[in-house]
Amino acid sequence: MLNANTLVDLCAMPDVRGHYGPYGGRFVAETLMAPLEELNAAYTRYRHDPAFQAELDADLAHYVGRPSPLYHAERLSRELGGAQIYLKREDLNHTGAHKVNNTVGQALLAKRMGKRRVIAETGAGQHGVATATVAARLGMECVVYMGEEDIRRQAINVYRMKLLGATVVPVTSGSRTLKDALNEAMRDWVTHVDDTFYIIGTVAGPHPYPAMVRDFQAIIGREARVQCLQQTGGLPNALIACVGGGSNAIGLFHPFLNDASVALYGVEASGDGISTGRHAAPLNAGRPGVLHGNRTYLMEDEDGQILETHSISAGLDYPGVGPEHAWLKDIGRALYVGATDTEALDAFHRLTRTEGILPALESAHAIAYAIRFAPTLPPDQTIVVNLSGRGDKDIHTVAAHEGITA
Amino acid sequence: MSRITNTFAELRKRGRKALIPFVVAGDPSPTETVPLMHALVQAGADVLELGVPFSDPMADGPVIQRASERALAQHVRLRDVLEMVQVFRQTDDHTPVVLMGYLNPVEAMGYQTFARAAVVAGVDGVLTVDLPPEESEYLVAALHEVAIDPIFLLAPTSTPDRIAMIGKVASGFVYYVSLKGVTGAANLEIDTVNTKLAEVRRTIDLPIGVGFGVRDAPTAAAVAQVADAVVVGSALVSRIEQLASIPEVAAFVAELRAAMDGSGSSCATVR
Repeated sequence: MLNANTLVDLCAMPDVRGHYGPYGGRFVAETLMAPLEELNAAYTRYRHDPAFQAELDADLAHYVGRPSPLYHAERLSRELGGAQIYLKREDLNHTGAHKVNNTVGQALLAKRMGKRRVIAETGAGQHGVATATVAARLGMECVVYMGEEDIRRQAINVYRMKLLGATVVPVTSGSRTLKDALNEAMRDWVTHVDDTFYIIGTVAGPHPYPAMVRDFQAIIGREARVQCLQQTGGLPNALIACVGGGSNAIGLFHPFLNDASVALYGVEASGDGISTGRHAAPLNAGRPGVLHGNRTYLMEDEDGQILETHSISAGLDYPGVGPEHAWLKDIGRALYVGATDTEALDAFHRLTRTEGILPALESAHAIAYAIRFAPTLPPDQTIVVNLSGRGDKDIHTVAAHEGITA
Repeated sequence: MSRITNTFAELRKRGRKALIPFVVAGDPSPTETVPLMHALVQAGADVLELGVPFSDPMADGPVIQRASERALAQHVRLRDVLEMVQVFRQTDDHTPVVLMGYLNPVEAMGYQTFARAAVVAGVDGVLTVDLPPEESEYLVAALHEVAIDPIFLLAPTSTPDRIAMIGKVASGFVYYVSLKGVTGAANLEIDTVNTKLAEVRRTIDLPIGVGFGVRDAPTAAAVAQVADAVVVGSALVSRIEQLASIPEVAAFVAELRAAMDGSGSSCATVR
């Protein structure tokens, strides 16, 4: 299906070298180039392999619990008095977030490539938990790199990973958050490249990661498309998802890229507000550069040093963004907006009180924008919001923020 | 002919291997970098590698990461590094200087602006760790325009195809990463290195420097037997971290030099 306006297949990206227009690519030291080629060859081979797909589908159905429901948030929609809000319930997946869609896929690939050890970086801990989970199931050694600051913010997820048998390595360099965890995981990979598979959790990194992670996450959008047609008789008018690295957003958006009638909204973390500089919104306030193996929008100073970011949500606290989002922004196919810490917290409470669903603080950014946006549309229109994760992990953060000591 | 090519040609005539110390510009402090560079030359360095500090040095081990952090804490930026080279050049017109760093500061400055500023400062080579040949077309063009050598890495994982691709874009010398790992790892195996270098030499007709894992005089001597140049980084930078004085750092380099030259004579028959 082609985009009616441009007659260009927007789903055809990236090119063979992993480029999305000027973005993406493969910017790593020479030692990792051949292993990335090897990964790309394996992925290219297995993604169309019926046996691999059958195993993946079975895992997604019986282990992850897919399809995840598309839930009509009727009370919230009625309160807002605008478009009908539907929530894609990725929070109901095994391990509580969309991250597991990707780790199940990459772990199957690791197994076929004969790797015995998997490593991962994590911010909020959801990807670390999802990686530790699949590693436990396949009997693989698992090491998760996590910034010291995030370990403090996400203690419950750290304990979950340890229960699952993973080694959690605190990262004390730089800003001690997700970007530094990614640096450290890359260093581990280059050192143990023969027996180790690096499971990247977002749609960033060197090619083929942005494309591979997207393909594993696109199950979200494929299901949402069918469910929306079944439940509403038509395609949604808009999709909304939060964007840190951007894996849940691209997973929802990608199957709709050629549907010109469907508006796409990515919600970045505005933190204390874009104007304060304390945020994590590279698409709103950054500029193109090269970090973590790809060219994309970054938060950097005028000398190209990466800036520290701020968001109340650890999973969005990242100075870069997946290269496909950078490209979708430039061509105008998706619109990237922001929600502040305060708006996210308000949305967290509002969804909890009106629908009985505790969203992750990451997902609360998407809800926050839906709360702002839905009233501007008539009630016969439909918005699908990706509820990418559940909020149990954030209860302590919310309580501390509100001066409650549990 | 570039300073780098000249230097390697002269060394070959004298049957000597190049010693290439690496320090991070601005570590331990911006005022000490230029005196340190001169002292390294006096101690027997043939080419200098100057690290450009970056906030996210993905290919570096903890020693060089911390050096980068120390330099950044003192606000050392790419343009300051170029200024240091310019000052160094006022009193040393023959020792090649290679900048080693990551792509993003160069992207931020702009390839052409950077290349022109670098050549004016007296930079001879640029090694951008996270820029493989596939993505290097525009930066290489900008560097060629001003006759700066683009230096590329080779690794134990480099396939024959990749070695050939790198041979097409590299000039000056190539830098062989002796092991799978980050800078400062300590498990260099000389026989494995030697085997790979033989493979590289079948395709690439440039001098080969070997680095990552050269930590003391014996490893420097062993590497000098099989390579054209010995790059020593973390071992030097960790001495700087432990607050060694410039003469102490120079003495370490002189020790490496002596060990290499001792082996240099005995290995004349090996090559």
